[in-house]
Amino acid sequence: MSYLAKNLTSGARELIAFRIGDQEFCVNIMSVREIRGWTPATPMPHAPSYVLGVINLRGAVLPIIDLSARLGMKPAEPTVRHVIIVTQVKSKIVGLLVEAVSDILTIRDEDIQPTPDMTSEFERTFARGVLAIEKRMICLIELEAVFPQTESEAA
Amino acid sequence: MKKKVLTVDDSRTIRNMLLVTLNNAGFETIQAEDGVEGLEVLEDANPDVIVTDINMPRLDGFGFIEGVRKNEKYRAIPILVLTTESDAEKKNRARQAGATGWIVKPFDPTKLIDAIERVTA
Amino acid sequence: MDMNEIKEIFFQECEEQLAELESGLLRLNDGDRDPETVNAVFRAVHSIKGGAGAFALDDLVSFAHVFETTLDCVRSNKLEPTQDVLKVMLKSADVLADLTNVARDGGSVDQARSAQLIRELEALAKGEAPPAAEAPAPKAAAPKAASAPKPAPVAAAAAPNDEGFVPVAFSFDDFGGEEEAMIEHPAYEVVFKPKSELYTKGNEATLLLRDLSRLGEMSIHCNMDSLPPLDQMDPEAAYFSWKVSIRTDKGEDAIRSVFEFAEWDCELDVIAADAGEGADGETEELPMQPVPFDLSALDEEPHAPLGVVEEEEQIAAAQEAVTAAQTASNVVQMAANTSRAAAAEKGAAAAAAAQNNAQQASAAGQTIRVDLDRVDRLINLVGELVINQAMLSQSVIENDSNGVSSINMGLEELQQLTREIQDSVMAIRAQPVKPVFQRMARTVREIADITGKSVRLVTEGENTEVDKTVIDKLAEPLTHMIRNAVDHGLEMPEKRLAAGKSAEGTVKLTAKHRSGRIVIELSDDGAGINREKVRQKAIDNDLIAADANLSDEEIDNLIFHAGFSTADKVSDLSGRGVGMDVVKRSIQALGGRINISSKPGQGSVFTMSLPLTLAVLDGMVVTVAGQTLVVPLTAIVETLQPDAAAIHSFGATQRLISIRNSFCPLVDVGRILNFRATQANPVEGVALLVESEGGGQRALMVDAIQGQRQVVIKSLEANYTHVPGIAAATILGDGRVALILDVDAVVAASRGQPLNLETSLAAAG
Repeated sequence: MSYLAKNLTSGARELIAFRIGDQEFCVNIMSVREIRGWTPATPMPHAPSYVLGVINLRGAVLPIIDLSARLGMKPAEPTVRHVIIVTQVKSKIVGLLVEAVSDILTIRDEDIQPTPDMTSEFERTFARGVLAIEKRMICLIELEAVFPQTESEAA
Repeated sequence: MKKKVLTVDDSRTIRNMLLVTLNNAGFETIQAEDGVEGLEVLEDANPDVIVTDINMPRLDGFGFIEGVRKNEKYRAIPILVLTTESDAEKKNRARQAGATGWIVKPFDPTKLIDAIERVTA
Repeated sequence: MDMNEIKEIFFQECEEQLAELESGLLRLNDGDRDPETVNAVFRAVHSIKGGAGAFALDDLVSFAHVFETTLDCVRSNKLEPTQDVLKVMLKSADVLADLTNVARDGGSVDQARSAQLIRELEALAKGEAPPAAEAPAPKAAAPKAASAPKPAPVAAAAAPNDEGFVPVAFSFDDFGGEEEAMIEHPAYEVVFKPKSELYTKGNEATLLLRDLSRLGEMSIHCNMDSLPPLDQMDPEAAYFSWKVSIRTDKGEDAIRSVFEFAEWDCELDVIAADAGEGADGETEELPMQPVPFDLSALDEEPHAPLGVVEEEEQIAAAQEAVTAAQTASNVVQMAANTSRAAAAEKGAAAAAAAQNNAQQASAAGQTIRVDLDRVDRLINLVGELVINQAMLSQSVIENDSNGVSSINMGLEELQQLTREIQDSVMAIRAQPVKPVFQRMARTVREIADITGKSVRLVTEGENTEVDKTVIDKLAEPLTHMIRNAVDHGLEMPEKRLAAGKSAEGTVKLTAKHRSGRIVIELSDDGAGINREKVRQKAIDNDLIAADANLSDEEIDNLIFHAGFSTADKVSDLSGRGVGMDVVKRSIQALGGRINISSKPGQGSVFTMSLPLTLAVLDGMVVTVAGQTLVVPLTAIVETLQPDAAAIHSFGATQRLISIRNSFCPLVDVGRILNFRATQANPVEGVALLVESEGGGQRALMVDAIQGQRQVVIKSLEANYTHVPGIAAATILGDGRVALILDVDAVVAASRGQPLNLETSLAAAG
């Protein structure tokens, strides 16, 4: 209760941080539905390479995105240790494949620093800001940009 | 004891309006969708007063009223007919069939309740 | 429930009544003269009017009233429902539908059209021919219902009964009589003598007197002179009369209106008396025996005796008589006299007949209304159940190698039950195509009007059932096709006559079930497809090469190409910027196929085949490049195990398979879906011979067949996007997602034709 109140009053928010390779990223915890282990996905024809396929999530067909490939990094080689972060943006639900969940952070809005002025496609499309926490740098991901259906609109 | 009203009307709209109006006025309401059903439920419903439409499938209001009047137990029950405007011919036929009185549609709640009060003790 | 909800119910009901109205009128148009058909039509309009009145939807009421009046003439055989009459009525039904929509959704109707139809309807009711469109100067566009002139024939017939039933405005507003106490109101003498009919109709003298007492201060005298000796008394006869002296400011009309319901069944005199005399009635020459009358007792105890008579010997008789007067509310069992017995017998017969009717009606099926969300939730749950049952079966089979345990038998029963539950649940959503077909009747009328063609719509198999979703999505493509059929298919009357046909064109719409699908056919007896023109157009639009060698069928099917239109001038009607390609795509989106066959000079037939439900499908589970796919069973003609000798290379990449002396192109599904980079060896796989929508056959190459089963269709679009070549997804017994092949799209892609498959392939390669 007190936690919720604090959340509301001080503009604090909670983020889920996760690892891909040697980098850390995070998304707003409000967009996360659940976290589950990796299960093999059914590949989709003519899908972008970062779409690993679809899995059955209690009766719903859920596309799985290799977030590493999506962010322009090395495509993942999924193992049983990988996890899927099930996220929701508007009415669509998508699973993000990451190596591991590393942290749950409580931050305030002013902790988010603007992305350094770089011109790469990646920064402009996917990064909403960076956080400096205990000498780590964590990049806040813009979920909507990651979802496959928004890609064509952005492009 | 709440007074019981049996309404007979094939229009879902009118049935709902009757239901709301009568329940709000503290009546117990039993509803039938046409004359045949009206006669079927009559015994179980055991109403104090009947409100019936005229134009209905299967058995119309005239036939229904005649049916009620032939029932020894209900032959003297007050029956009010829902009619439109001043359809004299229909009112006349309803009276011949044994209607007690009539309510002109579109009824407003006050008119309906007044008419019922008028024919019931 | 509040008024808004009731209003919602009203509009739902209107839709049903409008459908009822239209189908009834169409039946009359086909020569049906069953009085019940006319009654049903009348009731539909009457119901709409009644409900509309309750919500003060005046335009709707006015129009419905005029319509109803004319229908009443038909009902009472004063107006013959000829084709011309019915034409006006069908148009009126359309206007009534428009008015209903406007009442619900806002907007406006074509005032001129409804005013014109009101004139035509009124003319019909008066027994005149409908006035021409330019006829009388438009009067008030929508006459008030109550003031609308009554058509002469009806008024004449009603006249003898008219008197005495003029509605009297009166008010029950002030029942309290306190304010009258101080003022001397005018006095009236009311003599009220009920006939026994008054009681048999459920009226009661006591209640009427109670109501009268609410008008003002009054005194009542009961005349019991006509009361016979007890042994001669008929307990149901009326023997009493009352003389009431009342002072009221409400006027004579108010007094008379108290007796409004009883007017016919009593003698009533209302005389304005001099304020000075008459109040106590002593100057009255009528031999009245004054009886003190305690009205207050009525309110507490309705069945208490009404009067107390001083003379002892009269008390018993009076009470008896009062009881008689009260048979209205008290149930008095008695021996019926002969005429009553006869009447009762007749009543029993009528009741028996009614009972019969009721039984027939319940045999015809009772219905309940259920919120669609609830049904859909049930369907989803049953879908989950089917998947879970399959998963359970699979894991039992995997863990029980001898396969004869009782668990296995139990599972088989479970599977059977699950399947039955699923079928039953799916049946809930199944609805007859009738409403859509009825909407088409209107479309035909409208476009016939605009084009000046004479068209008759014939429908068959309206009660064929299909999933509601399919029905809902069928209306739009069907409307377009109907417009097309009338606008482009049928010739103008002169041209038809010249060709030796009847001036009136026929458009036929049929529905039937065929091998687990619904087949809808739309045919016309028009000119048929002008193949030369279509071919030229296709060449002009670069759809085909100038020297292309196409079969008649292939030419006909060119009309389904994007942007194809054969109309010389762009028609506002069938055109509306929508081509047959859009029709085809919406049919395909429903998992359906559409075909055309045409005979020059004789007309065209469009055939649509659609799945009965969008929720499940029978599929063949196959393996392609290590992936599991489901191919809809309905698409598969046969399966073949090709041997090397039957495979022939054709051109650079094309391969054909010879089947019973004909050659059929081989389509490598794995290659088309980009599951593998190179073509598979056909001899190592299985060929599924499929019928593509163009009619031609293709052999789809897959690696192996796993089996057949019913699968629950899951949307890919819900969380992802449409995938070319894939119709949907499903979840198999192992819990994994399998993709359902879009056979038509795969065949089309193999022709190197539409779909963005080519670009996807290029991008992927």
